[in-house]
Amino acid sequence: MLDYLLRRLSLLLFMLFALTAFTFSLNYLFPGDLLTNFSGQLNTSFSQSQILEEKYRIDDNVVIQYGAFVSRLFKGDWGLSLSSGQTVSSHIAVLLPATLELCFYALVVAVLLGIPAGIITSAYYKKWPDKIISTLTLLGFSIPVFWLALLLIMVFCLGFGWFPMSGRIGLLYEIPAVTNFILLDIWLLDFPYGGQAFLDALHHLALPTIVLAMYPTTVLTRFTRDSMLNVLEQNYIKTARAKGLNRRQIILDHALRNALLPVIKQIGLQFSTLITLAMVTEVIFSWPGIGRWLIDSIYQRDYPAIQGGLLAVSMFVIFANMLADLTHSLLDPVSRNQSHGKV
Amino acid sequence: MTTAVIVSACGEVPQAKLANKTKGIVYCAEANPVSFNPQVTTTGSTIDIIANQLYNSLISIDPVTAEFKPELATQWVISDDGKKITFKLREGVQFHSTDYFTPSRTMNADDVIFSFSRLFDVYNPYHFVQDANYPYFQSVGMDQLIRKIVKIDDYTVRFELFSAESSLLSNIATDFAVILSEEYAMFRASQDKKHLFDTLPIGTGPYKYKHFLRDNLVRFHKHHGYWKHNYAVDQLVYDITTNNTTRIAKMLTKECDITSHPSATQLEALSQRQDIIVDKAVNLNVGYWAFNTEKPPFDNVLVRKSLAHSIDFDKIMQAVFYGNGIAAQSILPPSSWAFTKQAMPYYDPIKAKQYLTEAGYPDGFEMTLWAMPVSRIYNPNARKMAELIQSDLRQIGIRTRIVEYEWNTFIERIGRHEHDSVLLGWAADTPDPDNFFSPLLSCTATFTGKNPANWCNPEFDLLLTQALDTNELKMRKFYYQQAQKMLVEELPVVPIAHGVRFQARSANIAGAELRPFGGVSLANVRKGEQ
Repeated sequence: MLDYLLRRLSLLLFMLFALTAFTFSLNYLFPGDLLTNFSGQLNTSFSQSQILEEKYRIDDNVVIQYGAFVSRLFKGDWGLSLSSGQTVSSHIAVLLPATLELCFYALVVAVLLGIPAGIITSAYYKKWPDKIISTLTLLGFSIPVFWLALLLIMVFCLGFGWFPMSGRIGLLYEIPAVTNFILLDIWLLDFPYGGQAFLDALHHLALPTIVLAMYPTTVLTRFTRDSMLNVLEQNYIKTARAKGLNRRQIILDHALRNALLPVIKQIGLQFSTLITLAMVTEVIFSWPGIGRWLIDSIYQRDYPAIQGGLLAVSMFVIFANMLADLTHSLLDPVSRNQSHGKV
Repeated sequence: MTTAVIVSACGEVPQAKLANKTKGIVYCAEANPVSFNPQVTTTGSTIDIIANQLYNSLISIDPVTAEFKPELATQWVISDDGKKITFKLREGVQFHSTDYFTPSRTMNADDVIFSFSRLFDVYNPYHFVQDANYPYFQSVGMDQLIRKIVKIDDYTVRFELFSAESSLLSNIATDFAVILSEEYAMFRASQDKKHLFDTLPIGTGPYKYKHFLRDNLVRFHKHHGYWKHNYAVDQLVYDITTNNTTRIAKMLTKECDITSHPSATQLEALSQRQDIIVDKAVNLNVGYWAFNTEKPPFDNVLVRKSLAHSIDFDKIMQAVFYGNGIAAQSILPPSSWAFTKQAMPYYDPIKAKQYLTEAGYPDGFEMTLWAMPVSRIYNPNARKMAELIQSDLRQIGIRTRIVEYEWNTFIERIGRHEHDSVLLGWAADTPDPDNFFSPLLSCTATFTGKNPANWCNPEFDLLLTQALDTNELKMRKFYYQQAQKMLVEELPVVPIAHGVRFQARSANIAGAELRPFGGVSLANVRKGEQ
C-alpha cells in the first residue's frame, strides 16, 4: 500500500509541476505587460514597479522566476484581479465553495438516482423497466446542458413561475458569509428568518442541481447497469442461482458489492465533468461561482484572474481524482497492484 | 426527481409572510458600481446606483420647472457681480451611522467646505486620493473657477469665484456635487485608511451602505435619521444583472421589483402583463459615434465626413431604437432650450466614397469600432448598431473590427484613448446646455479622459467660455448655436439619436419616478401590499 501511495504521490507532484509551469508560462503568452500579468497592478509608478520587479524577479532567468512564482502560490499571493483590484485568492475563496456546493448536491442526486436506476435496469434486463429507463438515460445523456437549463427556465420559471431563475438565495435575505456554502451558513446562523431563508435557498438550488445532475445520473445509471450485467454473468452468480437463491438475494447480497467497485471509481471521475458542466450552469442560472467568474474574466481580459481561476479549478480536479482513486484502491485491493500510476 | 417534489412543496411558503419578513425592494441594475463616491466618476450606471440613494447635494433642480430647489442648503444668495454665492445650510441633518462609523455631530459648514475643497484644493488631505481624478468637475472647469470657500458660521458658507459663471449653480445641483462627512474623512485619515473613504461611504441620503459583492449585489439599509422623510424601505438591494434579457426574465419571475433599461424588443412582452408597468420619459441625452481625432486617419476631417455619410441612420433608428428614439439633428436634444437644427450628415455612400478618395484613402483602411457592452438610454444596443455600421462601412471599402469589453474596463480604456472610434453617449446631469459640451468635448475633458473624441479645439473652447461668461439667455443661445454648428462641420463625433428612458416596475411599486436628467432616484420609492 505504501508503495502504491508513493507512486500516486510522485504522479501528483509531476502533475502539479506541469500545471504550475503552464500557468507560469501564461504570463508570457498573454498579451500585455509582463509585470501587469504577474501582479495585476496597472499604471504602477516607477518606485512601485521597482518593488514589483524585485518581488517577481523579473531580472533573473526564467527558472528563478518560476521558483518565485511557485513560492508565491504557496504563500497564497496570487496577484490582484485587474477588474476588481482585489486579490485573486479572496475571490476564489468566496467563489469556489459556491461551485463545489452545487457540484456536491448534483453528485448526491446523481448517486441517489443513478445507482438504484442502474440496479433496476439490470435486474429487469430487457424487460419494460429496463427499456423505459434506458430510453430516458439516452435522452438525458444526449441533451446539452445549456439547452436543458433554458428549457427548464422557460417552463418552470417563466411559464409557471414556480422557481426563481438566478442566484443562490433571495437577495433580501441577508446571510453573512462564514463558510461560503450557503446551506451550511444558514444552518450555522441558526436558521434566520424563521427558516424561510433555508427554504428559499433550497428553492434556488433546485433547478441548477437538476440540470447539473442530469449528465452524471445518466452516466452512473448506464455504468451501474453494465457493471451489474457483467457481474451477473459470472460463474459464482450462476452457482448462487443454481443453489436456489431468489433474485433479490442474488442482486443485493452477491452481485451488488462487486458491481459497485468500478462505479465508485466512476463517481470520482465524474467530478471533473461536473466542474466543466457547472461553468455552463452557473452562467445560465447566474450562480455566483468560479465558473461564471472565469468566463467573465475571459471577457474582461483579466489575465491574473484567468490564471488563478484555472489553477484553482484544475488543482481541485486533480486532487479530487486522486482522492477518488485512493478510496477506490482502499476498497479494491486488485487495483493497488498496477505498476504505473494513471489519472 | 424527489428533490423537485420536496422543493416545490417548500415553495408554497405564503408570499405575504415572506414579504413581511423581508421588507425591501430589489432593483435590477446593469453594471457594478465603480466607486461609492459620485465625485470621482461620471459613469451613468454607477451614479444611478449611488448618488441619490446615499447622498444629497446642496440644491437640486426641479425636473418639471427646471428651477433650483433647496436640499441641504435652505437658501442661497448671489452677489451682484456674480462672484460670491452664500449658502445657508439646513440644521440637524444626520449622517449615516454604520458598522464602520458613528457620527458625533450633524452636518455643518465644515462638511460642505471639505466636500468641495477636495475637488480643487491641493492641500485637502483627500485631494490626491484616487489620483486626484474628479472627471466631471475638472471637465467643466470647476476646479479653476472656485477661489475659496469661506465659513461664515457653522451653518453659512460662501463660495468665492474667480469669475462669474452661469452654469455654476446647476453644476452644484448635479448628482456629482454631493456632501460628504468631514468627520468621517478625518476618522479614516487618523486610521491611515484614506482609500476606504470612497469604498465604504457615509452620506446623508435616505439609504446607507451595507454590503457590496462584485457581480452580485449592492445592499443598502434604511437611514433612520433621514432629514427629509421616514418612509424609505428597510432594505434596497441592487441585483447586478448585466444581461438585458435576464433582467427582463427576472422581472417576469418577480425576482426584481424594478429594472433599468428594458430593451425595446421586450417592451411588448412586458406591457401585456397586468402586474408590470413600463414607465417612459423624455430624457436629455445623445448617443454618438466618436472618432479618436488624434489618431490618423481620423485626424483628417474628410475621413470623418466620409464615415459620417456612409452610415444609414434610418436603418439604425429602426433596428436599434424600434422607433423609440429621435434621430439627432444636432448634438443637443430638441428639448434643450439651446437646440438649433443643424445640417446633419446623411446617408450617401457615393459622397462618402468621394470624401474618402479626396482624403487619400481610395482603397479604404482598417479600423476598430468599440461598442458598449451595456444598454444605456442613448444606445439600447450598441453591438447591433456596430454591426450595422460595420456592414455600411464595408460598402465604401473600410474594414471594421468590433471591440467589446466589460463596461467598467471599457470606460477605462476609452479614457486612455485606446480606440479608433467608439459608440458611446451622454445623458445630461442638468438641463443646462453646457452639460453637453464642456464635460464631453472641451480641451480639459481630454486630459481627464472624458472626451472620447480626444478633440481639443481652442476656438470651440472659447465659444463655451463666452457662453458661460454671460447670464443673458439670448447671448448664451447664440454661442451654443455657433458651437453646435462647429461640431457638425468638424465632426469629432457624429450624433446619432436621442433615446427615451424606460423603466419596468411591478405594479405595487410607487414613487420611482423617472427624471429627464441626472441619475435614478429611489428616495421616494415605496412598496404596496402584495
